[in-house]
Formats: sequence, structure tokens, C-alpha cells
Amino acid sequence: MSREQTVPQIPREKFAFSDPSRMIHDQKIETKQIGYFRDAWNRFRKNKSSVVAAIIIVILLLYAIFVPIFCETTYSLSLTDTTYLTYIKLLPRNKLFVKLGIDFWDGCSKQTIGIAQKNYFDAMSQETGHDVITRIYDEYETSGKTVYDVRVDSYISNGFKYMTLTQEQYDDIQKWQNETGRQIIFPAITSASVTDANIWFKADPKGIPEMKNGKVQDIYKKNGVDNYNSTRIDGDPGKANPNAENRYRYATLTGDSKSVSYKCRIFTYNYFVYRYGFEPSFFFGTTAFGQDILTRLASGARFSFLLAICVSVINLFIGSIYGAIEGYFGGHVDMVMERISDVLSGIPFTVVSVLFQLHLAKKVGVVPALLFAFVLTGWIGMAARVRMQFYRFKGQEYVLAARTLGASDWRLMFKHIFPNSLGTIITGSVLVIPGVIFTESSLTYLGIINLDSSTMTSVGTMLANARQYLSTFPHMIFFPALFISLLEISFNLFGNGLRDAFNPSLRGADE
Amino acid sequence: MTKYIIKRVLYMLLTFFIIISMCFILIRLLPNVPVQQFGKDMSLVLQRRVRQGLVDASGNPIPLMQQYWHFIVRTLIGGDWGVSEALYIGQDCWTIFVSKLPFTIMINVYSIIISIPLGLGLGILAALKKNKWQDHLISTGVMVLVSVPSYVYAFLVQYFLCFKLKLFPVIMNAGTNLFTPAMIRSTMPAVISMALGSIAGFARYTRAELTEVLTSEYLLLARTKGLTRAQTTVRHALRNAMVPIFPMIIGEFVGVLSGSLIIESIFGVPGTGALYINSITALDYNFFLLLSGFYTIIGLTANIVVDISYGFIDPRIRMGSKK
Repeated sequence: MSREQTVPQIPREKFAFSDPSRMIHDQKIETKQIGYFRDAWNRFRKNKSSVVAAIIIVILLLYAIFVPIFCETTYSLSLTDTTYLTYIKLLPRNKLFVKLGIDFWDGCSKQTIGIAQKNYFDAMSQETGHDVITRIYDEYETSGKTVYDVRVDSYISNGFKYMTLTQEQYDDIQKWQNETGRQIIFPAITSASVTDANIWFKADPKGIPEMKNGKVQDIYKKNGVDNYNSTRIDGDPGKANPNAENRYRYATLTGDSKSVSYKCRIFTYNYFVYRYGFEPSFFFGTTAFGQDILTRLASGARFSFLLAICVSVINLFIGSIYGAIEGYFGGHVDMVMERISDVLSGIPFTVVSVLFQLHLAKKVGVVPALLFAFVLTGWIGMAARVRMQFYRFKGQEYVLAARTLGASDWRLMFKHIFPNSLGTIITGSVLVIPGVIFTESSLTYLGIINLDSSTMTSVGTMLANARQYLSTFPHMIFFPALFISLLEISFNLFGNGLRDAFNPSLRGADE
Repeated sequence: MTKYIIKRVLYMLLTFFIIISMCFILIRLLPNVPVQQFGKDMSLVLQRRVRQGLVDASGNPIPLMQQYWHFIVRTLIGGDWGVSEALYIGQDCWTIFVSKLPFTIMINVYSIIISIPLGLGLGILAALKKNKWQDHLISTGVMVLVSVPSYVYAFLVQYFLCFKLKLFPVIMNAGTNLFTPAMIRSTMPAVISMALGSIAGFARYTRAELTEVLTSEYLLLARTKGLTRAQTTVRHALRNAMVPIFPMIIGEFVGVLSGSLIIESIFGVPGTGALYINSITALDYNFFLLLSGFYTIIGLTANIVVDISYGFIDPRIRMGSKK
């Protein structure tokens, strides 16, 4: 017996509401609703280490964004100017520590020097009026020689250098000297045999001072034309009377009468103040090329962050579309697409990046070539993640219900299934960032990709350039290494926290 | 199972073939270094290029598809990878590559010998002392070591152990005798730097697996049967925890052949990693192609070896089985 026949056709008019006056509603939820993100946030907040990691990441981000902006007027000068080559390998200095007189982070280093070196430094201090040796720890004898353990100020021990100035520059420096009372140009010296501008005293060819009554004897040039009309050093007879007989000579003239130039002994510390308008004090020290590590590291970090975020966003797009198609359609589509991503994921990343550099770097530039290389294989992880989520959700009842109501494939994919996998996707794309930064710094460290220029750098390049100074100037490697380590550790902790936060099955697990 | 293995191996070979073909074609599309540039080595280079079938007798390149066919027949099947054209001009690539392998393998083997017992030991300790100070200490250390890039602790090792304490020479000794005490001592900084990462990896997995097994119900049953804690841990928990860890160890052994590019370049190890970097910076395409193929095949092999070993170790897992 067929069931259909027993059901009679009931006309529409015969239907009526049972009780039109009564409105039926679900009962309102009494407690406060907790949405998906709210729930995730609640869980994230409880994970102390992730919160700390997030704060560190924010600090590093702010450092990368703002330090190059705010230090532009001062420090970036040292990026575009060849005079910064004078200020190489300066040690990190924090003005606060210098003021407090703490022997740490004050731009000084502990050295063990012999008597000759000590006399050399003392002579330098005597001439400049700045202490090269800030502290003498110990004095002792080893194998018949007196040796000193001292603290040497790397900013002053740079001392003097020869510079050839034009008339204009010469006048300008003199004017500045008159205004500030700081001495930049020091008297010329007679000995031509030593090229070291610091040796203003009688010395043997090795530069060891000849002492007389415990004092060095000067070899300043006297008299002669120098067109000098500014402050003079102590002990110069010309200080009292500018036309004195034995007055010191401050420059050697070269060139002809039309374009005269002055070869001067320049005190580098004061010259820096003159040139850049502030006392040299580098928070992280300077590199072997005299570049300020604080701002240079920040610009490298900025590049790393930018690249990583770009890669992460692009991978998110490509990966989620690819993974969604794979996971949703399954079957042959999935098989073919999986094989394609298998092949791509089998290529070592070094190979990809080298081939892209060789082919594209000349046409589109080094950075876009690197970006393409990252994108070519980078999305595979994201696609795999999204595919997994789609397999999980596509058979669920709510999807079937939506399909029954006539939702299109596209709508089902991105309106119904995709939001459910949002947690994993967010976690995945955050965790891409430290990976990209690590890979980029490794590649630049190895010199496979060269990003170094006067205005741009990367953390890896800084490490590579500083490597040969690991034993002598460890600060050059310390700060970039510290930065990248902090970044990687905090991103991993943050990512772990995020993963747990977006995992609703952990709800109330630790309560 | 056999069918599954054969299928995987065939897939792997196909993948490898596609990748190496792409590499070959992309490299061949780059401007060819004219043989005239090699001066006195000109005839050597030209001879080998002709033998490889990349140029005609007068040194002009032949059509790309013909070159590709010759590449498949003479290089991939015949094993003629040409001569070095920038690093060791005129010398056979394959010979030099093979002569570099022992250094890389030695470093890796030492590193594995150190890292497996230490890593597993620390992982087990952390799992047994879960949420006590030992666990917190180990977990924090592992977290730091896993996150910090390997070159950073290579710098630390070099700075503290080599420069400050002067325990080891700064870079590896030259020479080919690999087993003299001085040589072994000079490889130690590189070995330690490599091992730190592996130790952290092993410790992390062991801890995670073991804590999961330790809370499982069959372990409770074993305890109620009257076994001591040590007995349950060794006989029941550890065995089960090893299931996912053992493939990892096997994968590590396959990876023995491929060096760490960064560690090798920092400590001056004359291995394959250093050769690869040098070939890239010197644009020695023949070496580049050979080593790219080599690293690709190592990566692919390690993958399937790990997958297959799961099936062997844990009979509950049937790889590739139907539902």
C-alpha cells in the first residue's frame, strides 16, 4: 500500500494558527554570551608566557618602526656620509652609565697595555683634555716589564686624523670653535716620518714616545702661514698674543693661491660634535664601517618584519583558496593538486631562492625576487592546514543543511566552512612570520642573497659582516643576535599561546 | 605494505625527476660562460661540455630540448655531472663531491651520537618530573634552543668555548685524516652547535609523547596490577612513547648526508654544505645542479623513510590502508 495516497490534499485555507495572540520565542540566555574570539581571548590572557611574548613582540615592532623615523635627523647622517668611517668599532655607550661612573656599557673596554701604550694614551689625554684611560685597575710586572690593566674609552682613543679642508670648511670650523670653545684643529707637527696623526711628540719610528723628565716633548710646527684665527691650545705662545714669535702652526697649506687647501690634524671626537651636532654616544656601538648599530639594526628589523608580513598575507590568500578547493572538492581534484604541492614542497628552499635570484634579481630587484621565492613554496603549509579543516567540516550537518537550502559551492566554502577554520589559519599565518625571518636572516648571513646597501640591510648581513670581529668586538654580533633570538623565542611562545587559545576543546581545561 | 612502499618510491622518483628537470632547464636558460674564459683549462671544460652533450664541438650551445635529452641520458642515468667551472676549474664534480662527504657525515654522526641519549634522557626526565622544577628548567631550555637560530648558538659556542676558554680551535683543522684526536677535537664546536638543536628537538618530542602515555589508562592498570613505577615506565610507557620518536631518529640518520649550511660555513668544515654555499657564491652551475639534486633526494628520501618506518614500528598503523 502506498502511503502517499492516504494523505489527502489539504487546501491552504484550512490551516490556521493555533494561538495567534501568543508569540513563541526561545528563552533568552541569562548569562553573558561568550563568542569565539572572546573565548579565545579569555584563554590567551591566562597564558602568562604568551602575554609576555606578545608584549616583547610589540616592543620589537615599535623599535623597528619608530627608531629609524625618530633618529633620522641624527643617526642616518652616519649612513650616507664617508666621514663615519672614522668612527668605526665604537663600543656601546649609555650616557646614564657614564654619568654614574659604572664600568659597564660606557663605551670603554678593559685592556692590558704596556708602558709605551700607556704613555701614548696619556699624551693623547694631555693634548685633548679628554681622558683616554678612564680607570687604572692594576699595575704589575710580568717578565720584567710593567703592565697596566686599564679601562680605555673607545670614543676618545680614536684620537686624531689628518683631513684636507677647503677654505670654506676651514673657516667654518674656526667659527664653530670660537662659538663653542671646543678645539677641533690641533697644531701641525713636524715629523713627516710617522703617518699617525696622534703622535705629537718625539717618538721612535715605532711610535714609542721619548720621555724627558717623565714628560713627552712636543714636535709642533711653529710659525709659518696658516691663516688660523681661532682658539688655541694651552701652552701655545700664540694664545696670549696671536702674533707671538713661537706661536704654533695649525695647518699645512697645499695647492696654489687660487684654491688653497689646508691639511689639518682633526680631533675626531670634537669633529663629530661639530659635524652632527651632538656628542657621539652610540647605544649599541658602531659597526666596522662606522654605522650606528641601533638604527641599522632597526632598519634591518623593519625590512624583516615587512617581508615576513607580506609573505604571511600572500600565503594566507593563496594557501586558503588552494586548500579550500582541495578539501572541498576532494577526489581527483584533490589528488592532482596534492601532487603539485608535493613536487613544490620537495624543492629545497635554497634552490628556489638561488634560482629566483639568478633569473629575476636583475629584472625586478633582489627583494621582489626573494618575496617570489618565499611565496612559491610558502603557501603549501597553509594549504595543507586549510584542506584538513575542510575535510573535517564539509560533511557536517550544518553544511548539508545549507546545501539543501541551495547555497552555492563558493558560498558553502567561504561563508560556512572557512570561518570555522579561522583559528588554525590565524595561528598558522602568525607562525609563518618567525620562519620567514629566520630563513631570510640565514640566507643573507650566508651571502646567498645580498641586501646590504647604505640605506638598507638585514639582520643576517649585519651578523655576517660582524663575524670576523667576534673575538675582538663582540658587541657587533651581540645586538643583532640578541634581537633575532628574542624575536624567535617570543614568536614561538606567542604562537603556542595562540594555538591553545583557538582550540575550544581546551575550554575550562585548567580550571 | 610492499605495494605501498613501491608506490611511494615511484612517486618520489617522479617528484625528483620533475624538480631536477626544472633546475636543469632554469640553469641552462642562464647565460652560458664562454669556454674562452677558462684560458689554459679551456680544452678541458669544452671537452666535458661536449661529452655531456650541452654544446657542439665548436662550443656553441645546442637547442635546449636536445640538451635536456642528453642531460637525462648522460647525466641522470650515466652519472656524468661535468667538471667544476669556477671553484676547482677542470676537476670532476662528482669526485670532489664524494671527497667532501666524509666531513659532513662525520660531523653529523658525532652530533647524533651526542644528541640521542641526551635528548631522550632529558625528555624522559622532564616527563617524569612533570611540573616540578626539573621539568620547568628543561622545558624552558628546550623552548629557547628550539627557537633561537642555530647560528646564534654557534656564535656563543665559538665565543665562549673557542675564544674565552680556548678549549677548541676556532675553525676545523685541515687535513684528510679524520680520526686523529686533534681532528676530532677540532670538530667539536661544530658538533656541539649541531647537537644542541637536535637535543632540544628530541627532548621536546619525548616529553610530549611520554606525558601523554603516562596519563593513559593502561598505565594505571599496569600500576594496579602491582608493577612499580619504574617497571611501568620502562616496560609500558617508554615503549609506546618511542613509536613516534623512533621514525624521527631514523629520519635523522638519513639526514646525516646533508650538512648544515650555516654551521659548516661558521666552523670552516670542508663538507658538502660549505661546497654548496661556495658553488652558489661562485656561480659554479655544475656543482649547484649536482648538490641541489642531492639535497632534494635526501629530503624526499627522509620523508618516505619516516613514513614507512611508522608502519614497521607500530603494527597498529597501516600506511596507505583503505578506510
